[in-house]
Amino acid sequence: MSKLYTFLKYFFISFWTIFVVAPFLWAVSTSFKDFQSVNSKVTYIPWLDFEPTLEGWRVLIKSPAKGGVDIVEPYFNSIFVTCTASLISIVLGTLAAYALSRFTFKAGFVRNNDITFFFISQRIMPPIVLSIPFFIFLSTIGLLDSLLGLVVVYIVLLMPIAVWIMVDFFNRVPKELDETALIDGCNPYQAFYKVVLPNSIPGLIVAGMFCIIFGWIDFFFAFILTFTEVQLLPVKVVALNSSITPWWSLSASALVSVAPLIIVAFVVERYLSKGNLSGALK
Amino acid sequence: MNFKHKFVFLFPGLFVLIGILIFPIIFTIRLSLSGWNSYTPEMNFIGITNYIRLFTDDPRFWESFFRLSFLSVTTVILQYVIGFALAMMVWREIKFKRFFRVIFLVPMMTTPVIMTVIWRTFFHESLGPVNDLLGGLGVKPILWLSDPVIAKFTVIIVEVWQWTPFMFLLLLAGLLSLPKEPFLAAAIDGASPFRKFVYVTFPLMAPISIGAIIIRLIEASKIMDTVFVLTSGGPGTATETSSFYIYIKGLREFQMGYAATLSFTYLVIMIISLTIIAKVLTKLMIKE
Repeated sequence: MSKLYTFLKYFFISFWTIFVVAPFLWAVSTSFKDFQSVNSKVTYIPWLDFEPTLEGWRVLIKSPAKGGVDIVEPYFNSIFVTCTASLISIVLGTLAAYALSRFTFKAGFVRNNDITFFFISQRIMPPIVLSIPFFIFLSTIGLLDSLLGLVVVYIVLLMPIAVWIMVDFFNRVPKELDETALIDGCNPYQAFYKVVLPNSIPGLIVAGMFCIIFGWIDFFFAFILTFTEVQLLPVKVVALNSSITPWWSLSASALVSVAPLIIVAFVVERYLSKGNLSGALK
Repeated sequence: MNFKHKFVFLFPGLFVLIGILIFPIIFTIRLSLSGWNSYTPEMNFIGITNYIRLFTDDPRFWESFFRLSFLSVTTVILQYVIGFALAMMVWREIKFKRFFRVIFLVPMMTTPVIMTVIWRTFFHESLGPVNDLLGGLGVKPILWLSDPVIAKFTVIIVEVWQWTPFMFLLLLAGLLSLPKEPFLAAAIDGASPFRKFVYVTFPLMAPISIGAIIIRLIEASKIMDTVFVLTSGGPGTATETSSFYIYIKGLREFQMGYAATLSFTYLVIMIISLTIIAKVLTKLMIKE
């Protein structure tokens, strides 16, 4: 019984690992192919099945005028938009979460939970519902096709996540902590800044990681709200996916775009193993 | 504590969010009452004509909505079962525990559209590796993307690949935060692993499970990127979800007014159904 269980367990784990890794392996292999080795028959292993070339990687840094893809600028755009929006969301979201966790609000029938729900419920909004009005809104104030416009939109996307994680986290930070600080003569802002914040680093890191993930992986807003001036990475990569797809540069650019966040997986795992995440995520 | 400080903490975030959202929401409602399209791009007032059209004369929207419900419920159930199983397996000591945990987390860190582009080449019917390897086993080429039924399953496979890690993460974080005592008690009573799971682990995990399922349902209901790249809603309308249908009406056919009607109706349905699902799930799972 227990032997069978162990066997099934390792079988399932191996199966899932292969499933997870397969598209990456395929992309790595494809990125070194040329037209011939993509279109004649299915090939897998470089040197054995096909002669590898670096063409797919080379076009990434060439300018479009020379037939390249140039993903350098979209790359920096993506980093800028994601980081700025995450930072603003974390700051505002953490403040709001602290207020919702520590103080009681009453306005008519609205209580703390309702305000928290209001924040989190913004995630229910499908991007398409917001994209049409945002399109018109941003073009009215002249921010269509600009980095700033995207940052504004991404705040809506990310602040709910920050509030969701931080409210739960602050609820676990003992109230006595700020009360002691207040008795010791801090004003509420000092108590928050000097005592509560330093004790909330794990929560802040988790919230930050989630904001960065969900900012980085968004496609739809960037797709609708930008055209030529500003391009984000996902839009740029998907644009390659036209009728005659150059699979090699597509694979190479896809790998380059997903690489930075894979590091995040290691950070998340570290926090999981140290047990810091369980408090922050629930 | 002084009464006013709390507003200093809450208001910046709250008002930034409201400030950004208030215009789009009011605008959507107003737009839904207009006949804005590419011939008459103006904010006229046509009353509830659009809503009448939606409820009496648009089966395609309702079909796309049921398709979305099917897709999101199926993927979330699969993600929950697989995610829970994976979390249970790497919860306690096993070899290379940390390696497997990282591997299981990786897909959620990758951009869905970009990975879907890769999946599209992966499932390519003549040049992709799946059909090629299956062909080696003597299986006829499977029409992953052009058969109306199989295309749905392809979308499900990609979604499960992409988002099981999120479920896994929430459930594993939950498992790691469980108290030790109930497990000790069960071990002393000599409970079998199966009984331990049914009577100890699962009930303790119920609140976390509900949270995770609802979060995933919310995210899954927005399923759009995958469909957009993988099948563009096709073949025909076989994988068209509500979001994608609204996108076609609004930004391809420029029936802005009608698209706003669809958006608003869809949003209301989503909020109501997710609230009901949350209530039902809480009742079902906490009782056990």
